[in-house]
Amino acid sequence: MAENKAEAREADGGPRRRRVDAAEAARARARAVSLPDTPSDYPRELEKIEVELLLDGIHRHYGFDFRSYAYSSIKRRLWKRIQQEGLETVSALQDRVLHDPALMEELLLDLSINVTAMFRDPGFYLAFRTQVVPVLRTYPFIRVWHAGCSTGEEVYSMAILLQEEGLYDRARIYATDINEVVLHRAKSGIFPLEKMQEYTQNYLAAGGARSFSEYYTAMYDGALFNASLTRNVVFSQHNLVTDGSFAEFNVILCRNVMIYFDRDLQNRVHELFAASLVPFGLLCLGNKESLRFTAFEERYEALNAKEKIFRRKG
Amino acid sequence: MGASAQGYRMVVVGVSAGGLSALRTLVGGLPAGFGLPVAVVQHRSKDSELLCELLQECTALEVGEVNDKEEVRAGRVYVAPPDYHLLAEDGFFSLSTDAPVRYSRPSIDVLFDSASDVYGPDLIGVVLTGANADGSRGLRRIVDQGGYAVVQDPGTAEVRMMPQAAAKAVPEACVLPLDAIGPHLASIRGRRVPPCRGARA
Repeated sequence: MAENKAEAREADGGPRRRRVDAAEAARARARAVSLPDTPSDYPRELEKIEVELLLDGIHRHYGFDFRSYAYSSIKRRLWKRIQQEGLETVSALQDRVLHDPALMEELLLDLSINVTAMFRDPGFYLAFRTQVVPVLRTYPFIRVWHAGCSTGEEVYSMAILLQEEGLYDRARIYATDINEVVLHRAKSGIFPLEKMQEYTQNYLAAGGARSFSEYYTAMYDGALFNASLTRNVVFSQHNLVTDGSFAEFNVILCRNVMIYFDRDLQNRVHELFAASLVPFGLLCLGNKESLRFTAFEERYEALNAKEKIFRRKG
Repeated sequence: MGASAQGYRMVVVGVSAGGLSALRTLVGGLPAGFGLPVAVVQHRSKDSELLCELLQECTALEVGEVNDKEEVRAGRVYVAPPDYHLLAEDGFFSLSTDAPVRYSRPSIDVLFDSASDVYGPDLIGVVLTGANADGSRGLRRIVDQGGYAVVQDPGTAEVRMMPQAAAKAVPEACVLPLDAIGPHLASIRGRRVPPCRGARA
């Protein structure tokens, strides 16, 4: 089903395609609702037992492993679904999810969509232009991995940056996420029109020198980004928790993805990244993520400590 | 997880419009040996980077913006970074970029709520000046779990709406003028005290 839609998208964009994409974009936006208030009088220790049982059941039955996610945020995402389904306990959700694969798909979206923006943290992209691009110019071919790319905002940001710096033609960007639905949306290249003002400001603060609107076509309910931006992008499903390394990269970007993981899982993912970087390859983390709380501090040196750009030692 | 015989284990503070000056007074009013971790959510714009430095100027306690999974240490002031939710976990903090809650990221309610899960009755919640109602639900939750609530006297607030809403949602809260809050926290930190007024019916 997902593949049929993808094929429809390959074809010339008719109004039907746009309606479908716009509806999907609206649905994805509606999902990005806030963290809910959890019931005030719910017994906390029982809740923890129930959450662990639910995540264990999901892992054993469906294979998705959320057992090492940071407890307080995954718990809130679970409560959002519990409330939307009109249920009252975590156990009630467990009963429903284990017997209803369609509900599992919904829950998978709840648990795995990370909210981001184009050129989020403009200072990072500015540092990438001034400090990373000169390094990348020395390579004949550049492999970039966006790990946990979610709906693709930062992938398009990087594609724009590499095009402007004249590096795009020798680059390949691997954009991966655990979740097929968000990848599908990332691939569509359609983003909410009302975000363009914010993204334009970010783009300019990130050192963009053109008019941001050159990169998209405004439609009635979305901004369709130029297909040339994804010519060298490979969108693919990859699970950071369970899947291994699949290539050697010059740059790995994984920004504000691991904040949802506990420290053990963060360490496992860092192991994967260290094994997937070429010597002196670059690891880019979110502004408030630190190697200090991991076992990998010694393996990297900071190229830009403030913007969290690290270089693998040898 | 259970109540601690020694007293409180964490202070959470929520503040919005008018916050910089209020926070300087509050943090400046804490003694050097305060001994409890203090976590602060201040609503602010994405590019306001000076808050920690301005707070550091007026206290001997260490002030810093929270990094993901940073350990909770006594006597340190933890400030939520702009554009992230700050959540308490058992022994450390987590960050989240989930959507704003009632237009706010960081959200005071999210910090209060998550801290209440971890600390239960060993938690003190403080709501200061602001122009919205963030923090009211979280403060209610803290008191429902046996914790202690302090609200800035709206008469001493640069913007009274947020403390007013919190005092209304939590009649048990101890309402104090801004400059009395730091000394009050220092005086109660070592022993759990009953709410200022009788519990609600």
